[in-house]
Amino acid sequence: MSDVILRIDHLVKSFGGVQATDDVCLDVQRNETHAIIGPNGAGKTTLISQLSGGLKPDSGSIIFNDQDITNLPVQKRCRLGLARSFQITSLVMSMTVLDNVALAVQAQDGHSFRFWKPARSISKLRGPAMDILADANLQKKADTVVSALSHGERRQIEIAVALATNPQLMLLDEPMAGMGPSESASMVEMLKSLNGTKSILLIEHDMDAVFTLADRISVLVYGRIIATGSPQDIRENQNVRRAYLGET
Amino acid sequence: MMVQFLKNRALTFIVLGLLGTVPLLMFWSGSDYLSLATKLVCLCIAATSLNLILGYGGMVSFGHAVFFGIGAYAVGIPAYHSVYGGMDLIATSNGFFHIGFAIVLAALFALITGAISLRTKGIHFIMITLAFSQMMFYFLLSLDTYGGDDGLTIDERSQLPFISLDNSVHMFLLSFGALLICLYMVHRIVNSRFGLVLQGAKDNEERMAAIGYNTFAYRLTAYVISGAMCGLAGALFANSESFVFPELIDWTRSGELIFMVILGGGGTIIGPVIGGIVFIVLEDVLSRFTIYWHLPFGIMLILAVLLGRTGIANWFKSDGAIKKPAEGNHE
Amino acid sequence: MDTTLLFIQFLNGMQLGVLLFLLAAGLSLTFGIMDLVNLAHGSLYMAGAFICASLTFWTGSFIWGVLLAIPAVALVGYVTEFLVIRHLYTRSHLDHVLATFGLILVFDTSVHLIWGSQGIAVPLPAFLDGQVTLFTDVVFPTFRLVIILAGLLIAAGLYYLVNHTRIGMLIRAGASNRTMVSALGINIQFLFSMIFALGAVLAGIAGMLISPISEASIGMGNQIIITAFVVIVVGGVGSMKGAFIAAIMIGLIDTLGRSYLDTIFKLFMSSNAAETSAPAVSAMLIYILMAVVLALRPQGLFPPKARG
Repeated sequence: MSDVILRIDHLVKSFGGVQATDDVCLDVQRNETHAIIGPNGAGKTTLISQLSGGLKPDSGSIIFNDQDITNLPVQKRCRLGLARSFQITSLVMSMTVLDNVALAVQAQDGHSFRFWKPARSISKLRGPAMDILADANLQKKADTVVSALSHGERRQIEIAVALATNPQLMLLDEPMAGMGPSESASMVEMLKSLNGTKSILLIEHDMDAVFTLADRISVLVYGRIIATGSPQDIRENQNVRRAYLGET
Repeated sequence: MMVQFLKNRALTFIVLGLLGTVPLLMFWSGSDYLSLATKLVCLCIAATSLNLILGYGGMVSFGHAVFFGIGAYAVGIPAYHSVYGGMDLIATSNGFFHIGFAIVLAALFALITGAISLRTKGIHFIMITLAFSQMMFYFLLSLDTYGGDDGLTIDERSQLPFISLDNSVHMFLLSFGALLICLYMVHRIVNSRFGLVLQGAKDNEERMAAIGYNTFAYRLTAYVISGAMCGLAGALFANSESFVFPELIDWTRSGELIFMVILGGGGTIIGPVIGGIVFIVLEDVLSRFTIYWHLPFGIMLILAVLLGRTGIANWFKSDGAIKKPAEGNHE
Repeated sequence: MDTTLLFIQFLNGMQLGVLLFLLAAGLSLTFGIMDLVNLAHGSLYMAGAFICASLTFWTGSFIWGVLLAIPAVALVGYVTEFLVIRHLYTRSHLDHVLATFGLILVFDTSVHLIWGSQGIAVPLPAFLDGQVTLFTDVVFPTFRLVIILAGLLIAAGLYYLVNHTRIGMLIRAGASNRTMVSALGINIQFLFSMIFALGAVLAGIAGMLISPISEASIGMGNQIIITAFVVIVVGGVGSMKGAFIAAIMIGLIDTLGRSYLDTIFKLFMSSNAAETSAPAVSAMLIYILMAVVLALRPQGLFPPKARG
């Protein structure tokens, strides 16, 4: 296996006349946290949708673990180990936290055309789900229905569900969106605990979080990557300061 | 959690206990409601089958009566040929064949129409399921051999070992036993791995796809199981009434099935049974007082929806919270 | 093939088509703009027929009957919207189905209470009751021709209303972006009430037009409304143009299918087999069409532009 888990090659996507993704090349190393930052409308969500399979690129390719996944549907990508968290929280609201996570574990455990045994008492589904919740310090919430949780808690469950699919790469789309400071802090803690053990492609507005978490950062402006490098490089990069931070 | 669970379970046993004994007691004490009770039990099986896809799967099928009709004709047609000759391949009065034929035909129809219908969503799904049932309705209307719109009388009921379906007690007990089996099956299915996927897809399809489920395949499977179960209900009904007719598939019948599921409480095991009982009792009681019984019935239906008081089975939940059907997750 | 008969069947198909359009137009408006599934739309068709019947006998003239019945049906539509429908807009489709199913029961029984269980035949004035000779040998009932022309006129009027008036602009805006319209200070509730009443009038007119041909009867709307649903699903929910094209198409396919399918079948099967299978298939034809359209284009043939 190569050290590059995801390679994006000359990806292009336009809507009408707007180039939302303009010849983007990018790679994510194994067990690296790679953050993409950029001003509003830079095309971050468009990019992540193409990676997860929600949108089809006009041209270019996406190579995941040496396999071309450019044209695979969402659920196939997921089975290959590509997990996505949604920018808007998307969970099964009527079920408990544990049910949500266990469903993700179940998805990895063969097909679910099993009609008889009560799924809520299968320990090889509930056990790992509970472990993930415990790692995230959420075990107390296991039996709470998701619709009764706070926004910040839902965002954390969102990550827990993504983790439960045992992904090789996690696409996190603004995990801190809409959170208060203390909620953000516990999310940063949760993501920090994954540093070095999971490959993560992180899209985030919260600069403190990005510079704390990322091993490398790419800057996307008007659909184009203008710089990639370590947090230190990016801080000092004149292009970035000019284009993104608005300095002259 | 636990109290709620017990209350609901107690309710289930009480309702089923009454449904299984009251008609028999009344029969032995001289007033004969047994064939009405058998009809009720058959409708409860049909409503239970609809509950699997509607209550647990969120698929608003507006053509569910079609499976009931297919099941009924799957008894009527072989029985007809068994008496009057012709169509040697299916001409038999063997009850196992009848019931098996009903289940297989209904499942097959569900597989074909489901594969098309489930590609659509929302209002389109409602309409296409309706269209398929209308299609079968007009098809049966045009079948002059089997009576067309006059229907087909069954001169010889399904033959089964040890019991005689001409005996109304046997007929009732067979149907009631089938209802118990169907309820237990749905109970097992909805709590299984499959059932959780089905319910997850009802609530948030996008999420289920994102964690790796092909929701279409799970929905289609549920649709086929549901269709087959409803076919069984139709086969029992045909034997009970010894008469089958195209109006079994009329779209208002499908509407009534939805009504039973939602009124009783979709997504609960006992809900459709309660809905079925309420429906039959209302029909029977109200129609005694007035030939215009549909008027109070319709008004009640509208009020139940407007006030969010559907789901009788949910009234018995411990916290007293009544979930309006309009709630839920609209992403 | 007898071209005279074919032409007459074509006109019959057109007649069914315009009636379907009148029903489908209202359905499509309420679907497209209010996202409302109204099963009871057929009840307004029935209400139109009965009210027109009574008014025709009262005034002694079918024309007066129709003219007076139009505001009456608008009122029925408005009251229905006020009492029931407007409380459903924020609810799920399932709630729409249940509540409007209840409405059908209420309408059917109310008609039973008021007019009794018998159907009512509506007499036509003499000048509409005859036949006209269209070509040398094509003779067609005058009134059926009037139905076709009236239907086409109304369709043209609706086209003008939707595309060239301020109301139409609001309707189109409402269909694509409901919150935007209310943000602009338009009373959206009033707009919805008016649209519902308009749909009721269109359905009512269809009922009035059919009442001299097949009499006003209880439940008369409950079968044709399903066909109207097929029309809007085939045409694309929310699209007027789609509703019109699909209505004419389905009217023609249904009528011509019933008359000519056995002839067509005889081309490639034994005449015996053709005669048994043709009636069954022709009865199912429009549903097969709908299944095929939905299988290939789940949004219908002419889906309206993306909604905001």
